[in-house]
Amino acid sequence: MTDATAAPPVLTVTDVRKEFFGVEVLHGVSLDLAPGRVHGLVGENGAGKSTLMKIIAGVYQRDGGEIRLDGSSVDFTHPVEANRAGIATVFQEFNLLPDRTVAQNVFLGREPTRNGLIDTTAMRQAAAGLLDDLGVSTISPDSRVGSLTIAEQQIVEIVKALSIDARVISMDEPTAALADHEVAILYDVVGRLKQRGTAILYVSHRLKEIFDLCDTITVLKDGALVSSDAVADLDEPTLGRRMVGRPIDAYFPAPEPGTEIGDTVLSVRDGGNAWLDGIDIDLRAGEVVGVSGLQGAGRTELAEAIFGSQPFTRGTVRLSGRAVGIRSPRQAIRHNIALVTEDRKRTGLALRQSLLDNMLLAIRSVFPGRTRSVRAEIPGVATSLELVSRSLGQEALELSGGNQQKVVLAKWLATNPRIVLLDEPTRGIDVGAKVAVYRLIRALARDGVAILLTSSELPEVIGMADRIVVMRDGRIAGELPAGTAEADVLALATGAEPARRPAAVVGQEG
Amino acid sequence: MAGIGARIRRMDATVIVYLALIAVLAVSTVLVAIADRNIFSPGSIRDILTGTSVLGFVAIGQTLVILVGSLDLSVPYVVSLTSLVAAQTMAGSTGKILPGVILALAVAAAIGLANGLVVTGLKVHGFVATLGIGLIVKGYLDTNYKGTEGAVPRTFQVFGANGIGPVPLSAIVMLVLAATMAFVLARTRFGHHLFAVGGGPEVARLSGVRTRRPVLWAHVLCSVFAGIAGLLLASRLGVGSPTVGTQGGYDLLSIAAVVLGGTLLMGGRGSMWGTVAGVAIFAVLDNVMSVMQVNPFLKDVVRGAVIVIAVALYSRRTLTARRARFATTGRRRTERPMAASGTGAAR
Repeated sequence: MTDATAAPPVLTVTDVRKEFFGVEVLHGVSLDLAPGRVHGLVGENGAGKSTLMKIIAGVYQRDGGEIRLDGSSVDFTHPVEANRAGIATVFQEFNLLPDRTVAQNVFLGREPTRNGLIDTTAMRQAAAGLLDDLGVSTISPDSRVGSLTIAEQQIVEIVKALSIDARVISMDEPTAALADHEVAILYDVVGRLKQRGTAILYVSHRLKEIFDLCDTITVLKDGALVSSDAVADLDEPTLGRRMVGRPIDAYFPAPEPGTEIGDTVLSVRDGGNAWLDGIDIDLRAGEVVGVSGLQGAGRTELAEAIFGSQPFTRGTVRLSGRAVGIRSPRQAIRHNIALVTEDRKRTGLALRQSLLDNMLLAIRSVFPGRTRSVRAEIPGVATSLELVSRSLGQEALELSGGNQQKVVLAKWLATNPRIVLLDEPTRGIDVGAKVAVYRLIRALARDGVAILLTSSELPEVIGMADRIVVMRDGRIAGELPAGTAEADVLALATGAEPARRPAAVVGQEG
Repeated sequence: MAGIGARIRRMDATVIVYLALIAVLAVSTVLVAIADRNIFSPGSIRDILTGTSVLGFVAIGQTLVILVGSLDLSVPYVVSLTSLVAAQTMAGSTGKILPGVILALAVAAAIGLANGLVVTGLKVHGFVATLGIGLIVKGYLDTNYKGTEGAVPRTFQVFGANGIGPVPLSAIVMLVLAATMAFVLARTRFGHHLFAVGGGPEVARLSGVRTRRPVLWAHVLCSVFAGIAGLLLASRLGVGSPTVGTQGGYDLLSIAAVVLGGTLLMGGRGSMWGTVAGVAIFAVLDNVMSVMQVNPFLKDVVRGAVIVIAVALYSRRTLTARRARFATTGRRRTERPMAASGTGAAR
């Protein structure tokens, strides 16, 4: 580590303000980015992190304050100007074209030309070289981006930032979509960038990463600067307290009193389809079953198979002992099954419709007779979920991630489900909203709902689940009890331990 | 059950459309043979290729605007207007061919520029923008022309009538221009940015692409290609006609040919060679149905059915699909299907 005072900052943000439609959302934020240093930016959703990043990236124009690059004031009106000045941004939403190849995406807008024509060979070689630099051998520069996994697409995003040889790289939740072992690759990448003397602005909700990677941590709350300290002067509880303005006393709440694990409500035997095989799983009333596994291990596919959106083509599914065939989400909803999908913007919400319409969507289409009575309950549900919105007539698009997720949850609570499948329910939402989701899970369990909780965040699965099903390569690799150590879950998920395919799922030794 | 479906799902749309073209040709060969004729006779080949060129020119342009995420409904009026402008300017004089061609294409380009400016500047979707501009041109045609006008000199009629062996000159020009545009799409920034803006305007913008330019140029080129179609029709008819474009139904037919060729109507994915094959399929079908003297109603039924079936086939291909891991029997797949390559001259 170099001395913090040695290098002058490459990028200085001073008293930057921004307003939208007359409402100020950033109230004079300042921070410095130094070469070879990682500057963490944390705060709840809506705290202004993304807005600040977009101002630095030239996506938004500031309404006040100053940004200095190498000492001279800069005023970017377009992202490409920021890029040319050496500032790259890896946005949370992928800026990739699924129908184009990796190389075409990486060099989009900066295609190398020779004699006026695009030098496709040079483009492919350069992309391959950058992938090599990151030690990534699984991605071909000719692959269509749409055919890559989310983690691979994330790597393409980073390669795109690297390709402009940026001196400043900001990353907006780069690990939000990554499984734990893939995060290690990103750590490695950040390490290499530091060595090259790149200044990094790192936004994440995962405090562990912030502490692992960052040299300085700045906290934003409600668009204002709370603090900016060296990492050595901070610990997680302090940081958490500053972010939410209150201590997170119980991050993972204990089961509510009166929670009882009851009868098996759903059981799958030897279930399989194109992505899954030999699935044996039981969900019991009042029980939280955690699903862990690496990205692509089949966690999402398991939830989708139960919900009928990618149905099982083999094996049997029993609901309370009765064999059923769930071939479509509609049938699943009729059987009182709910699925909170991992991508709420694409599959969870009708973004252009009102909150009320979103919350009534499942009820109106599957149980139209109940619409009137459910509609009367909606304001109460919204309040109990601590949904923050102007009105229920507001478009879902306008809400922050955490509040959008609450709308999705309200939609499914309205169907009065007996089985709730939660696929990454806390992805990309702030700490306060996360705790609200955890409390809801506990409350549902107390009411005798069976819960399947899929998450790529190990602490979440370990902290919430009564037992943990670990998936690997489309099969259930084994099952672990509550409170298992992270390392043991990871060992099973990666196949590091010898038992590859246990005959009996229950009673798996750690 | 899964075999053919899964295989189609993994195929490139351009491959499918050429397989479809071969299938259509094979069936047609048999049908025409039953009628005691030969589909591969010079006369028949000339008929088919002649049938491809007018629609081909329009569809090449339409491919560009659809790829960039727009549409052009003004093409039939541009076709009619350019035929008139060319025929009137030439007025039967060989010396005025060049001014006629240049003026006709300039008028077309101006209409395309207007389309493009309305789309990029006023942020009106191409569907509405080109409908409006098209109606304005239609109004001009309806009030100023009562029937055919002007005259095309005999020399210029060579473009529509002559050929090398059984291959008409117009078809050669069309194929050369299609190849040129395919190359432009694959190897120029304009081409790459066309796909990028069509596939994700915001992604393109944030990557530093000037998103208006490809849209503007696509519209200009589309109208110019419609103008070439107008010149070809003037050359064939010997005169300019205010209704020749609308009679051909080039607006919807060109969109149909583009979609049949595997280009996504939403933009961002497709290929020029797919469009050429789409046009060829229509031409072969038309030829067979005329040989067999199928009634006009049934002709349209067949055309309509072909479009719907083709697009239904493409939509079966799950494009952002996860790779399947297990076969239906539960056996593990040994090979990982190669990710489809998006590069290559075919684009």
